[in-house]
Amino acid sequence: MAINWFKYAAPSTFYGLAGKLIPWFAWPAAVLFCVGMYIGFFVAPTDAVQSEAYRIIFIHVPASILSMIIYLVMAGYAALGLIFNTRLSSMMATALAPTGALLAFISLWTGALWGKPMWGAWWVWDARLTSELILLFLYLGFISLQASIEDPRRADRAGALLAIVGSVNVPIIYFSVQWWNTLHQGSSIKLSGTSMHIAMQQAMFAMLAAMWLYVIAIALLRVRSIILERERNTQWVAELAEVKQ
Amino acid sequence: MSKLSLLSLLGLVISRDLTLAMRRRADVLTTLIFFVLVVSLFPLAVGTEMDMLRKMAPGVVWVAALLASMLSLGRMFSADYLDGTLEQMLLVPQSLSMLVLGKIVAHWMLSGLPLVLIAPVLGLQFDMSGEALLVLVVALLIGTPVLSMIGAFGAALTLGLRGGGVLVSLLVLPLCIPVLIFGAGAVTAVTSGVSPASNLSLLGAFLLMSLLFTPWVSAQALRISME
Repeated sequence: MAINWFKYAAPSTFYGLAGKLIPWFAWPAAVLFCVGMYIGFFVAPTDAVQSEAYRIIFIHVPASILSMIIYLVMAGYAALGLIFNTRLSSMMATALAPTGALLAFISLWTGALWGKPMWGAWWVWDARLTSELILLFLYLGFISLQASIEDPRRADRAGALLAIVGSVNVPIIYFSVQWWNTLHQGSSIKLSGTSMHIAMQQAMFAMLAAMWLYVIAIALLRVRSIILERERNTQWVAELAEVKQ
Repeated sequence: MSKLSLLSLLGLVISRDLTLAMRRRADVLTTLIFFVLVVSLFPLAVGTEMDMLRKMAPGVVWVAALLASMLSLGRMFSADYLDGTLEQMLLVPQSLSMLVLGKIVAHWMLSGLPLVLIAPVLGLQFDMSGEALLVLVVALLIGTPVLSMIGAFGAALTLGLRGGGVLVSLLVLPLCIPVLIFGAGAVTAVTSGVSPASNLSLLGAFLLMSLLFTPWVSAQALRISME
């Protein structure tokens, strides 16, 4: 039997699938968030050097990791949309951008809150902070470029080109900033092992998984709205139960 | 009709854009005056302590050059877009990338090169040493073409959009950050007694890389914008 790989590449079929999938991502996200928060604030021990203030990393680190991954995923979807001309891929890229920008902002904000007691300053011009800030600018550029183009096809393709050029530029910017200045502490989680307490790790991974699932759920939710908005003149939208009421 | 070779096409586009610009010299001068003005504003704002000015000089000149090159980006394609020339250019059998490269070179000669030439004078206002001035000029000479090339990409994407001027800065400025870092870094290196060679080599690498990719990417962006 031949499998139709592109069945869910059509917005009309994906709309229903996304609607069914959202609870499967949203509920685990909520549960893991509560678990991660509980372990992070009540189980994990106080840090020897940084005392209680370190606990903000349970939000800060997942947000930073995801803000970077989302940019790559967004650029990947944008490239798919540009290459295969699949409308849904471009819609996914558009749907991911605001969440990526939000997480980049949260990462900067929590970083500032952590920096004040640790470094004695809300903001230092350190390599990672600066590249996170530039990442936020890249997201904002993508969002405002798409927002200022009326024709959705042109908006998709122009945004895709920008996202691809941006993703080529991200490593260059990252290393430029790295060589320019470094003050941030290195990663505590490495492939070869970790210096973290086990409860801290559990909290961190629970929060990372929670945020990851949240991102998928919210992107699906947003892509449903985008599909409805763009396909509002089609027959299948008119026949949807939620539209008919 | 004989087929135009790539190089003569390049020459043709450059000389056309230069001729057009020479008929409206005020545009070129405005960019230059803006550059001088922005650099001169800094001592007024932060004070005239020579030590501090000397330290700030490379950064100030580079940021001003970045802003000045943003200012003239809107003109790169918009006149041709408005009178329909650009549509004709997309139809020619020759490579659109080469054509875009020609426009980039012309743009740099009109908005980048004048800045490079006047930068040493501004450097003197900030009491920079002769050696630092030389490195500043070399760094600007390598770096400003990159700004024009990345700018061409932004200008092509935002062609004909509302509020294109501000938008293009938002798109292009983050992408220009590496050039800014190493351009200003070269001068800082030489004033602190280190060789600027590594900074200049990296700038050269950026120049080659953008020479390879940006004309093509900008041509794609133009096609998207002109559909």
